[in-house]
Amino acid sequence: MESSQIIILAIIATSLATFISRFMGALTSEKVSVKSKLFQWFNCVAYSTLAALLGRMIIFPAGVLAESDLIIRLVVVVICVVIFILFKKNLVIPTIFSAILLGILS
Amino acid sequence: MVNQKVFFQGLKSLKGSKSPAIPLAACFVALGALLKDAGFNLQQSAASSLFTYALPGQLVMAESLLVGASLVNIFIAVWLVNFRLYPMTVSLFPLLEHKAQPKWKYYLSCHFLAVTSWLIAKDGYKKINKKHRIDFWIGIGIGTWTTAILMTVLGYLAADYLNKDMLIGLAIVNPVYFFCMMIGAMKNLSISIAVVGGTILGPLIYLVSTEWALLFAGLIAGTIAFLFGEKNGK
Repeated sequence: MESSQIIILAIIATSLATFISRFMGALTSEKVSVKSKLFQWFNCVAYSTLAALLGRMIIFPAGVLAESDLIIRLVVVVICVVIFILFKKNLVIPTIFSAILLGILS
Repeated sequence: MVNQKVFFQGLKSLKGSKSPAIPLAACFVALGALLKDAGFNLQQSAASSLFTYALPGQLVMAESLLVGASLVNIFIAVWLVNFRLYPMTVSLFPLLEHKAQPKWKYYLSCHFLAVTSWLIAKDGYKKINKKHRIDFWIGIGIGTWTTAILMTVLGYLAADYLNKDMLIGLAIVNPVYFFCMMIGAMKNLSISIAVVGGTILGPLIYLVSTEWALLFAGLIAGTIAFLFGEKNGK
């Protein structure tokens, strides 16, 4: 198979594999009431899964980020979270600062 | 059909002090450059963000293609890493539900579900009248999705001008943004336990199984957080 055909098929496979979870979620949502315990459980699991993804992105990053030191990544995250809290939950300042800080430290 | 006032309220979440535009731009510019490196052309790169719009899955796809994985393997690997979208949808869409709204809005707009849009919607839905919350969501979704596609194109075109240090700098922006948003969301005991537990368990289980780490960490930490919340009345 030609490489551009493989890429197109990979895009289709990736998009389908992603949309399934979203669509199943939309279908399940029709049967879940906001007041139910099931909804609370899903809410907790969603936040945990996201936090797990984040923990992994910082500790075991994929791609270029893996070439920076773990300690430096942790320092950047902690400093940026402190800035976020100090600046009354402004998100623009810590996000811009994170890239600059990582550049300076590494 | 779509309440314009509420739609634009959602779209405007791209601006202001909580703007996701910078982190979205940073990670999708980096993705565009990466896809060019992986042998994609411009149209394919844009199509990937248009139809998938879930960064971790797109990264897995690019990495799998580079090592010559089969389509079935790519499908399974992406499904596992993007399965988080299922609990995320179920923990958001019931909040947007209203009898007066047609179902197609929900079935189509679920495509906009990604970490960024989810965090913004969770942060802002209470301010919106229940009847129009889905239109608020569509506004957020169109804004973040369009930004992602445009930035993928920009990253592809700028790939030659981005050196490794710049790409590393871009790569840290998104996790920092997510972390700050999650800390901002820790308003009650069960969510706080869910976030802290997930952050610890995610990397720990990753040492044992790279593919199943997210799923198990999410289930275990989430269930513990839920039980804690039940016991202590949240």
